Amino acid sequence: MKKFLISAVACVVAQTGGAFAGGQTLTVYTYDSFVSDWGPGPQIEAAFERSCACDLKFVAAGDGAAVLSRILLEGERTEADIVLGLDTNLTAAARKSGLFAPHGQEPKGLTLPIEWNDEYFLPYDWGYFAFVYDNTRLPEAPGSFKELVEEYPDLSIVIQDPRSSTPGLGLVLWMKMVHGDRAASAWSALDSKIVTVTKGWSEAYSMFLDGEADMVLSYTTSPAYHAIAEGDSSKKAAIFADGNYLQVEVAGKLTSTENGDLADKFLAFMLADEFQSIIPTTNWMYPAALDRNSLPQEFAELPVPEIALLYEDFEAEALRKDAIAEWRDALTR
Amino acid sequence: MARRANPLIALAGAAAIIAVALVTLVPVATLWINSDRLLGRSAEFEVSAADIAALRFTLLQAFLSAAISVVLAVPVARAIFRRKFFGRELLISVLGAPFLLPVIVAVIGLLAVWGRSGWISAVLISAGYERISIYGLSGVLLAHVFFNLPLATRIILQAWSRIPAEHFRLAEQIGMSPSDQFRHLEWPMLRSVAPGAFLLIALICASSFAVVLALGGGPRATTLELAIFEAIRFDFDLGRAASLALVQFAIGVAFAVVVLAGNREIGFGGGIQLNFENWSKNRTWAIAIDAFAIGSLIAFVGLPLLAIFLEGVGKLPTLPPETWPALINSISIAMLSTAVSVFLGLALSVRIASLSRFPGRAVEIFSMLALSASPLVIGTGLFLLLQPFVSPFNLALPVTALVNSAMSMPLIVRILLPACRRTVEVYGPLVDSLGIRGWSAIRLVYWPSLRSPAGFSAGIAAALSMGDLGVVALFAPPEFATLPLVVYRLMGAYRTDQAEGAALLLVMASFALFFAFDRGGRLGHHA
Repeated sequence: MKKFLISAVACVVAQTGGAFAGGQTLTVYTYDSFVSDWGPGPQIEAAFERSCACDLKFVAAGDGAAVLSRILLEGERTEADIVLGLDTNLTAAARKSGLFAPHGQEPKGLTLPIEWNDEYFLPYDWGYFAFVYDNTRLPEAPGSFKELVEEYPDLSIVIQDPRSSTPGLGLVLWMKMVHGDRAASAWSALDSKIVTVTKGWSEAYSMFLDGEADMVLSYTTSPAYHAIAEGDSSKKAAIFADGNYLQVEVAGKLTSTENGDLADKFLAFMLADEFQSIIPTTNWMYPAALDRNSLPQEFAELPVPEIALLYEDFEAEALRKDAIAEWRDALTR
Repeated sequence: MARRANPLIALAGAAAIIAVALVTLVPVATLWINSDRLLGRSAEFEVSAADIAALRFTLLQAFLSAAISVVLAVPVARAIFRRKFFGRELLISVLGAPFLLPVIVAVIGLLAVWGRSGWISAVLISAGYERISIYGLSGVLLAHVFFNLPLATRIILQAWSRIPAEHFRLAEQIGMSPSDQFRHLEWPMLRSVAPGAFLLIALICASSFAVVLALGGGPRATTLELAIFEAIRFDFDLGRAASLALVQFAIGVAFAVVVLAGNREIGFGGGIQLNFENWSKNRTWAIAIDAFAIGSLIAFVGLPLLAIFLEGVGKLPTLPPETWPALINSISIAMLSTAVSVFLGLALSVRIASLSRFPGRAVEIFSMLALSASPLVIGTGLFLLLQPFVSPFNLALPVTALVNSAMSMPLIVRILLPACRRTVEVYGPLVDSLGIRGWSAIRLVYWPSLRSPAGFSAGIAAALSMGDLGVVALFAPPEFATLPLVVYRLMGAYRTDQAEGAALLLVMASFALFFAFDRGGRLGHHA
């Protein structure tokens, strides 16, 4: 037992000690999948450290919502200089906390399908939510949200819970935006097609891959993963004529940072080509400021919705409670 | 009967109670005190209709899950107890396996068998029937029985083997029919052990969250744990989270009081546990019933495990390099947590057994409270408590060991307490009259008869700790990953295949630990 104790202590010490070769340390809080070996984190860290003579330290703190709640818990005492990985459903709450400073940048060359005017948060990637399907199992998919709700009686879908998952919340807002006051009845009509509602994206997606449902709420960029990493072109995203809702992932600088200049440098680096070109095949989202021609071929070939839907963050924040209640009541009846 | 406490045991027992308080009352209090820290500031606690619905569903599914698990466990445990068959010892060990599966892995395994595209549906479709759909209450119950039937079986099986064999021999000799034997020997035993097992499972199921969502089919199946999650993660409302956590504790205590109040301990006295062949079990129908019970159990528990194995085994060679340090981290944490939790759990159980009825029950119920604690509340509460003083990253190991130990305390106490009560009852007077004290009392008297349940509970504690994900998240230093975290990260990055491989590795490692402890405890014993 003693040996195990020692090895446990040793591995914690080894991992907190960390490599720190002089110069400043920039601490970036982000979500788990960003920092994993196969995520963007390691490449971005290497690229930034080449140019900054500093130590870039990513701290993973669960998913996007967990990152924000951690910052709120830590308050002014936080070690973080930058938070990377919130989406526009969380930015209103984040701004209200007063913990974030204006980014002070003038972003150029943004390739989002919407205008970006946020003074506090800068986007680094984005994607359209979409229902993803396998065209060997489902030859023909709905062409609009309206069709999804009203037609295809035998279709089965799996979605995420808006109370525990950001895609789930995105879907509820998407429904609200497309169906407005009729959202509740649209949810009731959709109810019979919903196989189940999962805690997070991972459970839903793996249930879809295992054949539990015809479609899963994910992103239009999901098929690019299967095409590039698995050489599988059977996964498709349904493009809706009445629009697909957006998710925009952003980063912000904390007011409490003592490395303001370095933080600014990182935010600028975030929108530079080097960072941006790492994003598609590691985070599987569209980079926020990369020319379309520089995208990997499989990304460039993805079908693109004509209508991009997104509430302003303060609207999303104001609508959230009621939209979730509407969803819950419709599916509980 | 109250007996003077051994000082060493009293001290460790008190430490165990403090550990339980640190994961239950302390985090909730911390959340209350800090309720103005975050954005949400609901001064008064509103209970919405949705909360009531969640509460009702929580109670319903917890009650049914526990009742079904315990009722089914009786014939299964009886069959395993009285039959000798090839692989019996292995089966008893494998019974620990479902309990230690990480939720997401168990769901995948269950769906491979019971899902819309699962094996059973495939058979039905090829035979011309409709596919089955388990989503809804039935899916939730299926998963909870899958997790907990084996646990209930193990607990009841241990109780069965605590009936001195001499009693069965005597019953045979005086010509008791099997139903008389059941009424006079087995039923009183069940009455003393089944309520505890029921309570344990009901509390485990009441705080279930991800399984309920995945298989529950939608917001009709919602538990309080989800409301707590939402309050912390999206509403940033610590006060509401604390209130909900209190409601969850109140449910736990209410369950415990109702179940344990009517629970009567039963003394069978001692025996030298001679081997004894019970002849009436060899009637044809008895053999048929036992074979059916054991066969059904193997199919029910074994098929999803087989599915997990088949999905994962081909992907083991493709695991990413970060899997291996994560495996070592997980094992190290599990070993540390297990050492702490078994030490504290043993002391607490012996202490409870030596207390008189009322204080004994009160401490027992308090120790069960950890099962009703929300991992997210614990993590958030301890984080708020410690972060002003120390960097949480420096506390990853002690906090994880503490929390894991306290979280497994209810299980350990549940498994050890019946054996402790019996030991205290049988040997207590002897210990007192011989004046054996301190460490020698534990070593010479308690340990030999507690070894087998202690091994089982160490196995459970180790496996629980291996599968744990929730609490450490806030304390884990950068780059410090545990194996369950790697599984979730892989799964969250489309790498389902590798995730299934890593999940299998996690299952195998947890099972190896469980097996080592459990078998270690049972060597030379009759389960």
